[in-house]
Order: sequence, then C-alpha cells, then structure tokens
Amino acid sequence: MTVAPASPHPDQTGFGSPRAAARAALRDTAGAPAVVLGASFIGFGALVRQNGLSLWHGLLSTATGWALPGQIALVELYAVGASVLAIALAVALSNARLLPMTVTLMPLLRAPRWSGWTYFAAAHFVAVTGWAAAMKVCPRIPEDERLPYFTAFAAALWAMTMATTAVGFFLAGAVPGYVSLGLVFLNPIYFMLVFAGDANVRMRALALGAGAVCGPGLHLVAPDWGLLITGLLAGTLAYAAEKLWSRRDGR
Amino acid sequence: MGDSAQLWGPVAVILIGGLVTYLWRALGVALSGRIDPEGPLFAWTACVAYALLAGLIARMILLPRGDLADTATLDRLAAAAAALLVFFLLTRRNMLLAVAAGSGGLVLLTWLRGAVL
Repeated sequence: MTVAPASPHPDQTGFGSPRAAARAALRDTAGAPAVVLGASFIGFGALVRQNGLSLWHGLLSTATGWALPGQIALVELYAVGASVLAIALAVALSNARLLPMTVTLMPLLRAPRWSGWTYFAAAHFVAVTGWAAAMKVCPRIPEDERLPYFTAFAAALWAMTMATTAVGFFLAGAVPGYVSLGLVFLNPIYFMLVFAGDANVRMRALALGAGAVCGPGLHLVAPDWGLLITGLLAGTLAYAAEKLWSRRDGR
Repeated sequence: MGDSAQLWGPVAVILIGGLVTYLWRALGVALSGRIDPEGPLFAWTACVAYALLAGLIARMILLPRGDLADTATLDRLAAAAAALLVFFLLTRRNMLLAVAAGSGGLVLLTWLRGAVL
C-alpha cells in the first residue's frame, strides 16, 4: 500500500478542533471496512465457542490482542494442546507486521500537544483497518487533530469488535449446527481472500504459496510446533528465493 | 476446581498472547523515526508471517478441527472456490459478498448432503 507523506502545507483545514476530529472519526467508521471487520469477529466468537472456550476468553482475547490473525492462531494452537511457548511465538510472528505499521504511523500522529505516554496508549489500537484510515486522513488534517482522529476511529472499531465477538459466540450456540459451521468457516475464507488479493507482490506470493503447501503437512507431523516451523521454513525460503530471483533479474 | 482450571488456564495464555502483541506496538512507538520499515529484516518477518498464516488458513480449510471436520473436504474446497470466484470474477473484490458465498456455500452443501443422502 502506498501512502502519501504528511503534508507540511498550512492549507489543511481539518475538522476545527481535536474534539471535532474525534467526532468525525466516529462518523467515518461507518462503512464497508467496519462491516467486514465486525463480521470477521463474529467468526472469531464462533471459533471461540467451537473450541470449548468461554465468552470471557473471547472477549479478553479481543480486548487485549485485537489483531485477528494472532487471535485465531492462539485459539487453534491452544485447542491442539500446544505449549505456552509455541503459542506465544506463533502469535508474535503472526502479528509481527504491527511493528512496521506502528513505526510508519507514529511520526504522522506526533504533536507537541500530546505527551509521550499517550502514544503508547494509542498504539494498542493499531490494527489494519484503523491504520489504513489514519494513513489516509491524517496527512490532510492539522497535527493536533491527528491523534484524536486515529484513537477515536480505532477505539470505536475495537469496541464494535468486542460486541461482535459476543454476537458470534451466542449466534454459534443459537443456530442449527450446519449454520454455525458457516460462522466458523468465515475467517478461513476471509483470510484466504485477503491473502489472495495481496499476492500481487512476488515475495508475498512465494511466502503464501510455500506456507499453504507446508502448513497442512507439518501440522500432521507436529500439531504443536508445525505452524511455527511452517512460518520460519517457508517464510525464509520465500525470502531467499526472492533475493536470488531479484539478483538474477538485476543482471 | 476443574472449572476454575478451564477458566484460568486459557486466561493466562490469552494474556500472554495480548502481551506479545502489544510489545510490537510499543516497540513501534519507541523505534518510530529511528528504523526503516522497508528494511530487509522487516521483509523477512513479513515473509514469515505470511507463510505462517497461509499455512494456518490452508490447514483450517483442508484439515479443520471440531464440527468443520465432519464436513466433506470436497464441499469445503467447492465453497472456497465459490468465494474466490465471487471475489475476483463476479464482483470487484467485494469482500462481504465473497465471504458470504464461501460460508453460505458450505452451509448449503452440507445441508444438501444431509437432506439428500
């Protein structure tokens, strides 16, 4: 994704005040990305119930994790009895993209008005949907309004996903078995499509293809560590293949 | 006591999951402006994350656990193909419709099998 750098021009009018920026952010959350996000957390709530965990586990995971790939990896690995170390490493690797995302977003949100700890609090809400919205809107509004805009936008999504996690959990228990299958199947399909849409870059396509081939096989060999081995092995192979490939192209 | 272990065991794992996730975000704040998010280390971690998650998703479709394991592999593959078809060919990457086609497709196929067989 390419994003325009922060504009230094004073022609940005913004929303008028930090408070108004936060209100505008709440209005902006109403849209297709939020609907898709809400639906994917309905799927997560259903997955939580399917794996014998309670509603509180699902809500705690959404509240503290709030990055769906890691949450799904955690539930799936916990359910096959993987060790805490294997789960922690898999979750960390699943969510590693949050580091470069935060590194890119933070300079955009800085303003003298807000103190340093504020950014550490706001950082908890960094996740794809809110990040993409802030990267688009924040360069166009005054510095003071950026952090309120991002935080209000992302915190509203966070609250919404807490609600839809609960909805998914209850729905999975209320509908006939063959319908709740569809709820549990939401996220595999959703992420398959996200990744298929992302596969336009060769390095990503290589990593996705290698991972999809290794994942099921290594799961059969080692249900607890197979996922981590898949990531490290297939990911490193893809990275190396890309380096070799681009070196050959370069000549 | 069994009940309390079932509640608190996962709570500890979930909190650890939340903690390692937040560490990336906090580290991102601390390092922002000081590291290059396009550097080779990030390219490698992105590859590892993509591979790991693609492995997980492929496994969840091909070798699911729980109730999904009782559905036919052919039905799950057909549903996934329907989702891809709607996403790439029938719409301009409409995520909601495509996911509905995939999930709804599996529900429909599973129901049909039960009704017909």
